[in-house]
Amino acid sequence: MIAPESVPRVLRHAAGRPLTLAQHEESFGPLAPGAPSLELLESSGLTGRGGAAFPTARKARLIREQRGHNKFVVVNAMEGEPAAHKDRTLISANPHLVLDGAQYLAGIVGARHVAVCVSRDDPIMVNHLQRAVHERDRHGARGISFELHTPPWRYVAGEESALVHWLDDNESLPQYRPRRPHILRIGHAPVLVDNAETCAHVGLIARYGADWFRRLGTPTSPGSALVSVSGAVARPTVLEVPLGVPVRSILERAGADPDPQALLMGGYGGAWLDARHLDVPYSEDALAPLGSSVGAGVIIVLPRAGCGVVETQRIARWMANESARQCGPCAFGLPAIAEDLARLAVDTPGARAAYDRLIDRCGAIEGRGACRHPDGVVRLVRSALRVFAAHIEDHARGVPCPASRSTRHYSAVPSLEREEELIWE
Amino acid sequence: MGVRRRVGGFVLLVNPILCDGFGHCAELAPDLVHVDEWGYPIITTEPVALSNLAALESARYAVRGCPRQALRIERVHDAQ
Ligand SMILES: Cc1cc2nc3c(=O)[nH]c(=O)nc-3n(C[C@H](O)[C@H](O)[C@H](O)COP(=O)(O)O)c2cc1C
Ligand code: SF4
Ligand code: SF4
Repeated sequence: MIAPESVPRVLRHAAGRPLTLAQHEESFGPLAPGAPSLELLESSGLTGRGGAAFPTARKARLIREQRGHNKFVVVNAMEGEPAAHKDRTLISANPHLVLDGAQYLAGIVGARHVAVCVSRDDPIMVNHLQRAVHERDRHGARGISFELHTPPWRYVAGEESALVHWLDDNESLPQYRPRRPHILRIGHAPVLVDNAETCAHVGLIARYGADWFRRLGTPTSPGSALVSVSGAVARPTVLEVPLGVPVRSILERAGADPDPQALLMGGYGGAWLDARHLDVPYSEDALAPLGSSVGAGVIIVLPRAGCGVVETQRIARWMANESARQCGPCAFGLPAIAEDLARLAVDTPGARAAYDRLIDRCGAIEGRGACRHPDGVVRLVRSALRVFAAHIEDHARGVPCPASRSTRHYSAVPSLEREEELIWE
Repeated sequence: MGVRRRVGGFVLLVNPILCDGFGHCAELAPDLVHVDEWGYPIITTEPVALSNLAALESARYAVRGCPRQALRIERVHDAQ
């Protein structure tokens, strides 16, 4: 048993290469025999680590209540977020812990199939998972079959309805779901989608119990979580931290700039956190009042030498390009927002008008896409307008900071493949 | 029936994936819908009382007039 107060938990026993099934069972012990228990999951208080922090047990209960014998558990290891590296780190350390969790969840909801989804553009991950799934199949997993699926990489391909649509119909496009909660289906079969890290935590809760799980974290955000720290750090790292520790302590452990200007929390669809709040506990309920979140476990450190407007603009532009372009407000609105930010970032005469337009457009776009992709961008932009208010005022007056002309950037935004597609007007 | 149907409210919902953005609905139900700068409908999210027959009528026009069948009327019970 892992000592309850210590981290790492899911990253424990990580060696240079993924643990084999035998090594994994030797290190963590076998998955407890006996029927998987939803009550156990419920009392652990585990919340999803894929971004929305929804209680995992509540999702599982909803699927368990559905009829049918052909249910699916989908392990979401797509990791579409460019700044996130946690699912990859986890799978490179111990794919079997993730599969254990998926197997346990399948037992809870009564699923016969586990579909593990990882992007085909990451051949190393595909390889690790292929090997792990193969080992499972040979060593029998009590009537549950594991399959590996490899959709092409896109930001929205990891969105749950897009992922399930891909499994159903080979198209990575999000679906319109007017009523929530919505039961996603492959054919007629109900599907439970959980992030890979969430599954790994389930794998530990199944072994050591809910009380053990709750020994770390806070009563409302129990357990530990993986954080990908990048930006002004010595080296981008993935850490496992107890939820509720001060954000500052995470930065210290990551070797980040001790006096940053701001942090981008949660990912590209997350929100900026002013560096005045570095002592806030790292948990959803502590960050929410500040307009920020744990999200997908991403922290991008922006040093004082950087320009938040430029970083936001680069991210927004990339996110605009990643729209699935099914919905007008997202397909047209996001490029328009990115364009406004670009006006604001350099001292064009239109900076002031761009600022006002930005506020209107954020209000107009919010909540009008089929998925939450545009809402993520709106959240990011609004947080930037709030956190960098003084800075933006300078930009809007036409005197942008020197940093905005620098070519050094702190968010490692991938380059656009098809830049011309962004021009809509 | 006639009496019971007027209890509660409704909202007009659009499926943004189907919507083509030509904005016919904004002409058919101007009280409920206006268009954004790209022509896509922005629909009042506040429930409208079912007793507001004119609004309900225009919402029905919009649903029937939508060339992509992207609109739907949904009843909600907590109307003002
Ligand atoms: C645009 C978009 C992209 C997403 N990409 C991912 C992703 O790459 N990986 C992931 O695990 N969840 C992603 N999510 C969240 C999933 O939709 C879903 O909430 C999550 O997989 C559920 O797992 P959890 O409850 O364990 O967090 C994305 C959501 C959105 C709106
Ligand atoms: S909101 Fe954007 S990303 Fe989501 S389905 Fe619509 S067009 Fe695609
Ligand atoms: S009439 Fe239908 S397709 Fe046309 S803009 Fe309105 S909702 Fe969209």
